[in-house]
Amino acid sequence: MVTSASAEPALSINNLTVSYHNQPVLWDINLDIPAGVMAGIVGPNGAGKSTLIKSLLGLVPSLSGEVLVHGKPYAAQRKRVGYVPQRSSVDWDFPTTALDVVTMGLYGRLGWFKRPGRRERKEAMDALDMVSMSELAHRQISQLSGGQQQRVFLARALVQQADVYFLDEPMAGVDATTERAIIDILRRLRDAGKTLIVVHHDLQTVGTYFDWLLLLNVRVIASGDAKDVFKIDNLRQAYGGQIALLGDHESLTFPASKVT
Amino acid sequence: MQWLELLSDYTFQNVVIGASLLGLISGPLGCFAVLRRQSLLGDAISHAALPGICLSFIITGSRDIGGIMIGSLATGSLAALIMLLLTRKSRLKTDAGLGVCLSLFFAVGIVLLTYIQGTSNAAQGGLEAFLFGQAAATLRSDLWVMGGVTLVTLSLLAAFWKQAKLVTFDAEYARTLGMPATAIEATLTAMVALAVVVGLQMVGVILMAAMIVAPAAAARQWSRHLGTMLAIAAGVGIVSGVSGATISTLSRGLATGPLIVLTATAIVLLSLALAPGRGLLWGIMKHYLQKAELQKRQLLYTLYKHPARPASRRLSLSARLTLALLKRQGYLTRSQGEADWGLTTTGQAKARQVVATFEEVAP
Repeated sequence: MVTSASAEPALSINNLTVSYHNQPVLWDINLDIPAGVMAGIVGPNGAGKSTLIKSLLGLVPSLSGEVLVHGKPYAAQRKRVGYVPQRSSVDWDFPTTALDVVTMGLYGRLGWFKRPGRRERKEAMDALDMVSMSELAHRQISQLSGGQQQRVFLARALVQQADVYFLDEPMAGVDATTERAIIDILRRLRDAGKTLIVVHHDLQTVGTYFDWLLLLNVRVIASGDAKDVFKIDNLRQAYGGQIALLGDHESLTFPASKVT
Repeated sequence: MQWLELLSDYTFQNVVIGASLLGLISGPLGCFAVLRRQSLLGDAISHAALPGICLSFIITGSRDIGGIMIGSLATGSLAALIMLLLTRKSRLKTDAGLGVCLSLFFAVGIVLLTYIQGTSNAAQGGLEAFLFGQAAATLRSDLWVMGGVTLVTLSLLAAFWKQAKLVTFDAEYARTLGMPATAIEATLTAMVALAVVVGLQMVGVILMAAMIVAPAAAARQWSRHLGTMLAIAAGVGIVSGVSGATISTLSRGLATGPLIVLTATAIVLLSLALAPGRGLLWGIMKHYLQKAELQKRQLLYTLYKHPARPASRRLSLSARLTLALLKRQGYLTRSQGEADWGLTTTGQAKARQVVATFEEVAP
């Protein structure tokens, strides 16, 4: 199981180019992400991190390129892919409960006409339990805090039982407890053999969170094992010299999380 | 006696049934429009129905409701489509795109209307009634058509409930699950056009947007689930339809459509003010109660921590009120006239509680 997974990449991207109007947002991306890693996508604002995830999921049209999930085109592998969008992408004043949002993760499996029943509600409750939100299952989503909303979104992806998860800035604007909790869950998933691909913006924590890293700024600046990629030269290339570094050559410490 | 007479009146029956059907369809579909932030799209669609009405009259030469519905559905959907294209492909923002579409189609409609009025066609009389609706002219046969449209639309909604809900909440996520989100969104928009078409006869093209937005806005205040929101919106739509129709029949000469809209708006205002949890009044009340409670605690805290400090001469009104309140509740005594406030034994105990919670929060 593990050997076959490590042989075949969980995600492989060939010649992906995405443009917005006539401005290239992503240029000729070639990438293989091995299975069973926690991969971080890091880069400055406007580097195309979110766009990369969205184009992989077919949410943004690409000019060219091919995306394979576990060796097959994404369209054939939808059921093996889970997605956690940015929290700000939806209107949280929608009249519904946390449990209901999590149940939405099962709509794909249910097909066109079947309604979610007791079994689906049970699965959704289990997913909420995993993110320690079962007590708030029947709370209106508008009354949840930012961190709780993020956990609900995570639970909605968990319930899909996917093999590859895409997460778009799951740690943005959440409290420290939630960040801890999310990282713990993601690590548990990785240890269970899942692949996690996470857009991340906080350089301070990159080194501790991820074991595989993609440094992105329209093009691929560097990719591979986090230890090899998270180097000052690469970072300077990605962030264009605006990066302020303290400490000695290899142990990177950043003065603030918001490096632009 | 008067009521019995009223209920057996043929025109009144027609108007009430028509108004109820309108409420039944515009309420639920309006919910989706409002939640998808497309309330004004309903306005554009309904204004754009006018050229369709006129074109259908020019082509068929009659005011038959079937033709008029098809015509208005066509131009309404066309307007929505052009609006979406304008905002996607050009640099126009949504509101500007809506404004352009709405006025363009409405102007074309008015031009066609005056053109028809210029030709001496005997059947054209009253075509302008579609501007503000003419409920009294509703025929039994019209009701069958309206009922049919309502039934089909609502069953479609029930069948694709899951899809409609997820696409409304999070369209991109729906797409990752393999749902044809764009098609579902287009269908939901087309359904708004259907609701508009049903309301043409009752409230007319100009005020129809209110019937899309108002029941949904009112229902959002009272509901915690999408299903209940739809049900309440349908209820609000029916209630305002029926009461508007009744008021207009009882006071002869007042237009039905605008009265229906006014009733719906009144329900919206009441809901905005009074709905539990979300209502403005509760919000204001809660704010003041919390403020008073905080002030009370803060005073107790101060008096406990700094008992020797003489009270300042110029106390604010709210501070004086709070002091008086605390005295009435038995926490404070006032010795030696105006200046000195002191804690009673119960006041001491209460203050210790406050201090304890404060020290717990901020060590």
